[in-house]
Amino acid sequence: MAETRVQYEASGPSAIEDLARDPASRKRFLSMVGGAGGASAFALFLAACGSSRKKTTATTTSTTSAAKPGGGDLMIVNYALTLEYLETAFYKDVINSGLFKGAQLDTIKTFGDQEAQHVSALEAAVQKLGGTPAAKPKTKFPLKDANSVLQLAATVENLGAAAYLGQAGNIQSKEVLAAALSIHSVEARHASALNTLLGKDVQPDGAFAKPASMSEVLPKVKPFIVG
Amino acid sequence: MSDPKLAASGLTGVEVHGMTRSAFILRGALAAGSVYGAATIGPFVGQALAMSGGDVDVVNFALTLEYLEADFYKKAQALGLSGTAMKLAKEFGDAESQHVDALTQTVKKLGGAPAKKPTFQFPIKDEQSFLMLAQTLEDTGVSAYNGAAPQIQSKEVLGAAGSIVQVEARHAAAIRLQRSQPPAPAAFDKTLQKPEVLKAVKPLIKA
Repeated sequence: MAETRVQYEASGPSAIEDLARDPASRKRFLSMVGGAGGASAFALFLAACGSSRKKTTATTTSTTSAAKPGGGDLMIVNYALTLEYLETAFYKDVINSGLFKGAQLDTIKTFGDQEAQHVSALEAAVQKLGGTPAAKPKTKFPLKDANSVLQLAATVENLGAAAYLGQAGNIQSKEVLAAALSIHSVEARHASALNTLLGKDVQPDGAFAKPASMSEVLPKVKPFIVG
Repeated sequence: MSDPKLAASGLTGVEVHGMTRSAFILRGALAAGSVYGAATIGPFVGQALAMSGGDVDVVNFALTLEYLEADFYKKAQALGLSGTAMKLAKEFGDAESQHVDALTQTVKKLGGAPAKKPTFQFPIKDEQSFLMLAQTLEDTGVSAYNGAAPQIQSKEVLGAAGSIVQVEARHAAAIRLQRSQPPAPAAFDKTLQKPEVLKAVKPLIKA
């Protein structure tokens, strides 16, 4: 499993460690997942993940994990929640833009409604983990014409699917993992449908979908977050 | 920008949304069963049911489903499918074969013996019956992976399973669109446990 291990570490905790070391990225992320509460959860998340590089963190890992299990999951769920807020806001704006009608509008409404259900489920999951749901970011999307909007929708959904996949291995709780997986495959369905509509390959990564780490996902969604 | 498939999916959405996913999958399985009647429990099913715990067992379970899907798409290509359906059968069949190879390697790396490939029979005789069963198999595959994944111990194996289930979900949505069905029938994909999955695919296993 040597090769696989390298691959998943590269896109998993180590990428988050990179994020932690980058003050700018960290500040950006913390503002998205909600201020000071996010900061402590973030520290716990790093501890819970442990470090594949430094053996000295092993003690901290077990101590902190024992002190507050679920800290890492809390961070991940708030991260997913932030992405779902974004998707929900996007579809809402698209519906209000008047660029779509008929069956396409119905499909967009269905996808938007499903994202809203993801938001509710993840908010509930955060509360169940004893945390505070991330603040809803203020968003702005370029909505010029139907085609570019569908392209953006496909980009967002493909990214969303990759983002969930990137976190699957970091989730500690089986319950949280099951919930994340049941959302992950729906994001993949959305991505596939939009790719089909645009005449793109439904499996752009081939037979194995590629994960995306937080540090890969956050810069891509940043342009749509205005506050 | 008008797509007849999505147009139709909008119209049929309500009807399908009214049915639970489990009912839908069960109906598909029952339909398959009623067509082919004789549902012999192959030796592999008994073996699989007797399995307990461990990543090797989970991966071998996934491997068996991938054998099934790979064989299904291979046989479908002999049906004289039209352009798009043939393209999907080839592309998806190739992906399922890659899943078979990857899971076989994974079992070996875990120190286990890869499950043997069963002999399958599929109630498909034309494009319509192919697409219908493809939808059932891909939807069931998604639910099977989602149900099994939380039991996986190894982070690497979980990552591999995740990257495969995402592709299964993409297949399911594309096949659904081809059938003018909603690509994502619910906000949360249902999970299925191993006994439920085995029961659903049982009619397709000859030996």
